[in-house]
Amino acid sequence: MRKFLLAAAFSLVSSAGHAADIEAGKYQAVLGDCRGCHGKDLSGGVALMTPFGKLVTPNITPDKETGIGNYSAEDFRQAMKAGIAPGSKLLYPAMPYPSYARMPDSDIAALWDYMKTVKPVKKPVDVNQLHFPFNLRFMMRGWNILFFSPAPHADTAGKSAAWNRGAYLVNGPGHCAACHTAKNLFGADKGSALTGASLQGWFAPDLTGDRQAGLGAWSANDIVEYLGTGRNAHSIASGPMAEAVENSTAQMTAGDLNAIAVYLKDLPASRGNGGGATGVEAQLRSGRSLYDINCAACHGRDGKGSVLFPALAGNANVRQVRADTVVRMVLAGGQAVATPKAPTGPGMPSLGWKLSNEQAADILTYVRNNWGNSAPAVSAETVGRIRSELHSGS
Amino acid sequence: MARVLPKKDVVIMGLGWTGSILGEQLTAAGLNVVAIERGPWRDTATDFNVGYMQDELRFAIRKDLFLSPAVEAMTMRNNASQTALPMRDYGSFLPGNGVGGAGVHWNGTTWRFWEYDFRIKSHITERYGAAKLKNLMLQDWGPSWAEIEPHFDKFEYLCGTSGKAGNLKGQIQPGGNIFESPRAREYPNPAMRMPYASTLFAEKMTELGLHPFPMPSSNLSRSYINPLGVRMGECSYCGFCERFACANYSKASAQVTILPVLMRRPNFELRTECEVLKVNLTQDGKMARSVTYIDKNGVETEQPGDLVILCGYGLMNVRMMLLSKIGPQYDPVSGKGTVGRNYCYQTSAGARLLFEDKHFNPFIGAGSLGQVVDDFQGDAFDHSKLDFVGGAGISCSVTNGRPISNRPTAPGTPRWGAKWKQATKDGYGNAMGFGSQGSSYPVRENYLDLDPTYKDRHGRPLLRITFDFPDNDVAMSHYLSDQLEKMVKPFNAKYTGVGRLKKGWDSVPYQSTHNTGGAIMGLDPSTSAVNKYLQSWDVPNVFVLGASAFAHNAGMNPTGTVGALAFWAAEAITTKYIKSPGALVHA
Repeated sequence: MRKFLLAAAFSLVSSAGHAADIEAGKYQAVLGDCRGCHGKDLSGGVALMTPFGKLVTPNITPDKETGIGNYSAEDFRQAMKAGIAPGSKLLYPAMPYPSYARMPDSDIAALWDYMKTVKPVKKPVDVNQLHFPFNLRFMMRGWNILFFSPAPHADTAGKSAAWNRGAYLVNGPGHCAACHTAKNLFGADKGSALTGASLQGWFAPDLTGDRQAGLGAWSANDIVEYLGTGRNAHSIASGPMAEAVENSTAQMTAGDLNAIAVYLKDLPASRGNGGGATGVEAQLRSGRSLYDINCAACHGRDGKGSVLFPALAGNANVRQVRADTVVRMVLAGGQAVATPKAPTGPGMPSLGWKLSNEQAADILTYVRNNWGNSAPAVSAETVGRIRSELHSGS
Repeated sequence: MARVLPKKDVVIMGLGWTGSILGEQLTAAGLNVVAIERGPWRDTATDFNVGYMQDELRFAIRKDLFLSPAVEAMTMRNNASQTALPMRDYGSFLPGNGVGGAGVHWNGTTWRFWEYDFRIKSHITERYGAAKLKNLMLQDWGPSWAEIEPHFDKFEYLCGTSGKAGNLKGQIQPGGNIFESPRAREYPNPAMRMPYASTLFAEKMTELGLHPFPMPSSNLSRSYINPLGVRMGECSYCGFCERFACANYSKASAQVTILPVLMRRPNFELRTECEVLKVNLTQDGKMARSVTYIDKNGVETEQPGDLVILCGYGLMNVRMMLLSKIGPQYDPVSGKGTVGRNYCYQTSAGARLLFEDKHFNPFIGAGSLGQVVDDFQGDAFDHSKLDFVGGAGISCSVTNGRPISNRPTAPGTPRWGAKWKQATKDGYGNAMGFGSQGSSYPVRENYLDLDPTYKDRHGRPLLRITFDFPDNDVAMSHYLSDQLEKMVKPFNAKYTGVGRLKKGWDSVPYQSTHNTGGAIMGLDPSTSAVNKYLQSWDVPNVFVLGASAFAHNAGMNPTGTVGALAFWAAEAITTKYIKSPGALVHA
């Protein structure tokens, strides 16, 4: 009897220790935003539209037939850090293994402990729907040779602990570059990191210190508030960033959010957005009157928004070199993220049905060049292109 | 045989104002709550889109957001000698439908009933003697002002109500309503900005020696973050409030103030398009064990629960009690029975003024935007030489200048053609009005019961309303019309007209959605259906929320008091009932 009790006590201790590992692993899943692509229950099936065709994210629940239930810890580590699944199957870099390669093995092991506790979902997914020849996985061998140079994160001397933690989070598990860094013809990062990029009909904004297009005018606290709640005095998250906030950043610790802010605030300014519109007085006049009628009730005639609706003055999304995100918001509307700290998640109505391409272009040119904003004009052709992309569902 | 689901701690019928308040308060206390809602899910961003919400034809004329009589109709008659007939369309009042209930399309006017409303019988007896009550079935509600005032405060801060206090802890405040009962603190937001008609009204009333003040409005004079952390926008004065949902997150509703938080709670579940058919009682009829509901596919489900809270529109709560045999039906002949008793409505009259040289700009409007005088409200004035009790608030509010329904013309104008067109053009900016919204006091013969003939789509009897304006209230309203006659004079309008209430309630023209009573709260189980905590005297694990609990109706919009009573009942459940389930009051 006594022996049994001792054994029970021992197993309690060990399971408590294991529970801590699982909690730590769960937090790794938050940092890596697994649910952003693999869905709330991690069963995949989320279509990613790439320039090379459609990739559907796989089921990564521990289901043995359709998920990764047959993986070993080493299989998982290889997939995460080398982009190689069991059977030497090469993963596409839409799975951000080039970023995850910076994660220490101990964190990957903790994540694996957590992944094994997720509820298995039986759901087959047809992952590879890419166009020929991109559907041939062996081609990724060449891609890896050209673009993949795995290296664990190493602290930069002379920078604070917070800066180094931020650098690790942004470039490692957080894989911010997946959206915010422009890609070359092969889908690999090109040019300056985190200076903004187009993807899936949105423009992920510049995160550098540029005061117009980047975060130069944001304080570190602004960044913390934005990532932690989905909103701040300058902007509100919607589109793909809404998912990143909901599944990832809003669940990060205050220390990690602060580290990210410290690192981002230290990024050197990009080359900017190309400067303000010139010679578009007629567009600005028309845009002003259309703005007052259609937009001012929520965003204010001063563009300052409110505690609920985002400001347009000083809003980085408004001032990107490409206006895709704001054109899309005007035409199709959208809904802001809702988080426990800012639960409302206000909606932006679709105005595409009542604004012509010219009118939308006029409003946006006005908004991009008023209240201190300065960004290139938006043409009716750009609006027309995005309108047809929205219609074709891409 | 209905499928039976696992038991929940709490089953709520209806997710409007009261269901949402109870849901939030009880989940915060750790209970597992399921809300069963007959209508659809509705959300500001997707269902109240600012791109199309201002559609007068769809929402105001075709009543898109309201309960359809095909879903639930009611029958009506003026007195027991008549045979009640079903209302084929809702006209005199407009119950809501779907998540948010009637709190989606309300105007946002947020009154507090006064201290003496909660002890009206005692008050009138003390001031005038018992004979003054005549045949009125006025009775005390139960809670004292000290008990209920904090809950008005909670509701106002939830909504972000915009107004000006007139009585802070007994100190009269200039610019506020000097007749209101003492409040602990100011409104959470300042009063709305006033349109011209209301400003003019306030000037003239001040000249007459009356005491105008801004109508307390949950349309929000500025952006606001409520105590739950939910954010609201500033009213844009668009004039699409009543009969509409607010597209601007400005008019308080369950959607705008509570649901963003409540829907995230893991211990809360909402089932929409599920209609509760009845509350099932234990064999001895003394406890509720479950509710049975039918979903949109016609599947019946039984949901057991330890506590059942009826949070439908007041009239529907009464019907659900009768269908489920929760408490005895009131009988107007014997005066016995409690459910269906003290049904009351609202007793109103209006004044119209037409000018030639004004620019009232009625398109600058909001549901609750105006100036009010309460000098003739309730018992603010001496009734000792008058042949009635009760009174009315008189308000000049500018709700809208919408093109279909807002076509004021002078008397004698043709109803169509070129002259009508010209007259509506002339009248549009030149018309203003104000009106009295009067109290409605209970009498023996006004009541609710189940119709003996007409049934709904599920074969259940419809609710029958037997109502006419009592002599006391007609006398009150005529006295108020006399006051309106005096009030229109100083405006020197080209044309004025003052309405006078006639007996014979007509259910067709819109009057007011302020139906009250039928499951009234009180101190005596022989004259009230629920106790002072809104708990059924007969089935103590059933609470009945909403204006059905009002033992009479004051000359005020009811929602503020509905909200306060919801917080009050929630507090009783979380601080008293959970610790010791059972009757909270032993009569």
